[in-house]
Amino acid sequence: MSDMILFGAFPYVAVALLISVGIYRYCVDRYSWSSQSSQFLESRVLFWGSVPWHYAILIILMAHFLAFLFPSGWGVLLGRPIRLYLLEVTGLGLGISTLIALALLIFRRVLNARVSVVTTIVDWLVLAALLLQVATGVYIAFTLRWGSVWYLHTATPWLWSLVKFDPQVQYLAALPAVVKLHAFNAFLILAIFPFSRLVHVVSVPLSYLSRPYQVVVWYRERRAG
Amino acid sequence: MNIRAQVSSVFHLDKCIGCHTCSIACKNLWTDRKGAEYMWWNNVETKPGTGYPTKWEDQERYNGGWERSGSQLNLKLGGRASLIGKIFHNPSLPTMDDYYEPFTYRYSDLTSAPAGDDQPTARPVSMVSGKPMKIEAGPNWDDDLSGSNIYAANDPGVVQLSVEEQQQLFAIEKMVFFHLPRICNHCLNAGCVASCPSGAIYKRGEDGIVLINQDKCRGWRMCVSACPYKKTYYGWSSGKSEKCILCYPRQEAGEAPGCFHSCVGRIRFLGVLLYDADRIESAAMQGDKELVAAQREMILDPFDPQVIAEAKRSGVPEEVVKAAQKSPVYKFVKEWGLALPLHPEFRTLPMLFYVPPLLPVLSMDNLGKQKLADDFFTTLERARLPMQYLAGLFAGGNEEEVKAVYRKLIAVRLQRRHLSVGDLSAEEAAKACAAAELNSETVDAIYRMTALTRIKERIVIPPMLREQAIEAGMDPEQYKQEMGFGSRLPPKRRW
Repeated sequence: MSDMILFGAFPYVAVALLISVGIYRYCVDRYSWSSQSSQFLESRVLFWGSVPWHYAILIILMAHFLAFLFPSGWGVLLGRPIRLYLLEVTGLGLGISTLIALALLIFRRVLNARVSVVTTIVDWLVLAALLLQVATGVYIAFTLRWGSVWYLHTATPWLWSLVKFDPQVQYLAALPAVVKLHAFNAFLILAIFPFSRLVHVVSVPLSYLSRPYQVVVWYRERRAG
Repeated sequence: MNIRAQVSSVFHLDKCIGCHTCSIACKNLWTDRKGAEYMWWNNVETKPGTGYPTKWEDQERYNGGWERSGSQLNLKLGGRASLIGKIFHNPSLPTMDDYYEPFTYRYSDLTSAPAGDDQPTARPVSMVSGKPMKIEAGPNWDDDLSGSNIYAANDPGVVQLSVEEQQQLFAIEKMVFFHLPRICNHCLNAGCVASCPSGAIYKRGEDGIVLINQDKCRGWRMCVSACPYKKTYYGWSSGKSEKCILCYPRQEAGEAPGCFHSCVGRIRFLGVLLYDADRIESAAMQGDKELVAAQREMILDPFDPQVIAEAKRSGVPEEVVKAAQKSPVYKFVKEWGLALPLHPEFRTLPMLFYVPPLLPVLSMDNLGKQKLADDFFTTLERARLPMQYLAGLFAGGNEEEVKAVYRKLIAVRLQRRHLSVGDLSAEEAAKACAAAELNSETVDAIYRMTALTRIKERIVIPPMLREQAIEAGMDPEQYKQEMGFGSRLPPKRRW
C-alpha cells in the first residue's frame, strides 16, 4: 500500500505541482525567476563547487533520461562488457564529483557569512534533497553494481507505466530500500522544483547562440514618413 | 541610412566640484534598498585614482568591452558558446570585495546604552550579514586622494605613463586631480546588451536608453563583466542585475534625470543626437586613435535638409528632430568638438561625453599669474596633467584630439579674460582663437552655453510621447524603496 502511495500516486502529485505551480509562477511572478547566483558574494569556492556540480549532474541526468526514453538503444550500448565497464566507471566518477562538489557548496553556504544570509529555507531544503539524491545514487552505484543495466528492467518500465497512467509499482517493490529512497526523492525534488531556485534549469539560454548582439525594442510602431 | 535618436549627455569636468550630490540624488531615487546598497548608478571618482569598482578600467582583469579580431568585433569576455559555458562560474565577475561591503551604524546603541563612564558608540555593521565589521572601502574611498601611492599610483592610466611623468604627477605641493562623475553611457554598441544570455537587456528604439528587463533577467551576470564601465550591477539579494535607467520615468514626465537636476555645479547637459545606426559596426571597428573621429562622424547634422528627410523616412518624429536642433550635446560634441567619450577604445560607442578639465592642466608652473597665449601652447605639452593620461581617458590615446579641445578651451578663457578683466590684449585673444580654429562668435556661444544657460537650455528632453504613461497616476513617493513605476511587485525574494 505504501509503495502504491509513494511510487504510484506521489509522482503524479509531484509532476502536477511542477507544472501547475511552475506555470503560475512564470505567469504571475516572473521577476522571481532567477538563478539566484551568489558568485558576487563569494567566487573562489563557488568555482570548485558549481562548475563540477553542474557539468557532472547534467551528464548523469542525461544518462537517466536516455535509458528511460530509449531503453532498447541503451541496452545495445551496454551489450559489450567493455562499454558497460566504461559507463559504470564514468558514472561513478561523475557521481562522486557531484557529491564532493555539493558538499563544498553546502559548506560554503554554512560557513560564509555573506552567502548564508542569502540562503532561504527552501534553498536548504533543495540542498538537502539534492545531497540525499546524489548520496543514495553514489551508494547504489557502489553497492548494487550494474545499475545501468537493471535500471532498464526496473525504473524504465515503472516510469513508462506512470506515463501511461497505469502505475506498475511492482517493478520497484522488490528493490532495496535505498533504491526506493532514490526514486521517491527524485520526485520530491520535482515537487520542490517550482517553489525554488531550481526553476533556472528551464531557462537554459540557448537562444543566445543565434540572436543578434544588439537588441533594440520599439515601444511605438516606427511610422515611416 | 537608418537614422535613430539618442538621448545623450555632456559632463563639463571643469565645472565639477566633486560634491557627490548627483550620487545621493540617484541613490535616494533608485537604489535605496536591500541588495542595491552598493549600486552607485551614478558615482564620482577622483582622477588619477582607481575608481569604482577598483581598477574598473583594467580590462585585462575584468574583460569588458569589445576586441577587434580580423574583420570581426568580439566581446572580450568570449564568444557566444564560451560565454554560455561560463554561466556556472564567470571568472571575470567582480565580487563584492572589488566594490565594498555596504555598512551602516548601530545608531540605536547611542540612545539605548546603559549609563556608564564611557561615551556610547555606534558600531559599524555590515548591511549584508548584519554583523559588526571593519570598514575597509567605500564607494568613493579615494575621494580627493590624489598623489596617493595606494590609489592614484594604481590608476590603470597612470601605470602606463613614464616614471618621469608619474613623479611629476605626484610631486609634493604639485599634486593634481579632477573629478570624474560617471553614469551608464547608454552605448550604441553596448557590451551589456550583447552579452546577456537571456536577451533581457535592450536599447529603447525611441530614445536609445539601455534598460534591463527585470522579468527576463535570470541572473547569469555576464553583463556585469561585459560592461567595460562596470555600470551594470548584480543585485545580490534579488538575483537580478540592475543599471542606470537615465531616469526615463522622469524624462517621460518632462523632468531632467535626478542626477542632472540636482547637479550643483550645473556641469550636466542633456539632449538628443541623431545618428546613423547603419554605421555602428564600422565606427566601432576603427583603430584606437580614430575612434573618436569615427563616432563624431556618425552623429548627423539635424539642420541638414537631407538628414531631416532621412529621419522622417526612418520614423524619427518631427518633434524629436526639433529637439535635436536645440540639443546642447550636439553643439558640444559635433559643432564645437569640445566633448569626448570616455575610453572610446572599449568600442561600445558610449553616448556620454566629457569636456576635459582645463584647470589641472593649466596650473603647471602657475605662480598665481595668468599666462599669455603663447605660453599656454608651449606649456600644453609640458602640462601638469600629462596629455598622454588625458588622451588615454578620452581619446583612445590620440593626443591630438585632446590638444584640439584644450586649444579651444584656452581660447574661450583668454577671450573672456580680455573682455571681463581687460589685462589681456585683443590680439592675444584673437591669436588664441586662431590657434583653436574658432571665430569669436563661436567662442562667445561656448562661453554662454558653459556658464550662463538655465536648465531649459542645458537639458533639452525630447517629447517622449507616452500618452498613457503609467506613472501619471502614481505618487513617486509611494514607490520609494520599491521597484519603480509599472512593476506591481516589490523587488524582494519571494521564492
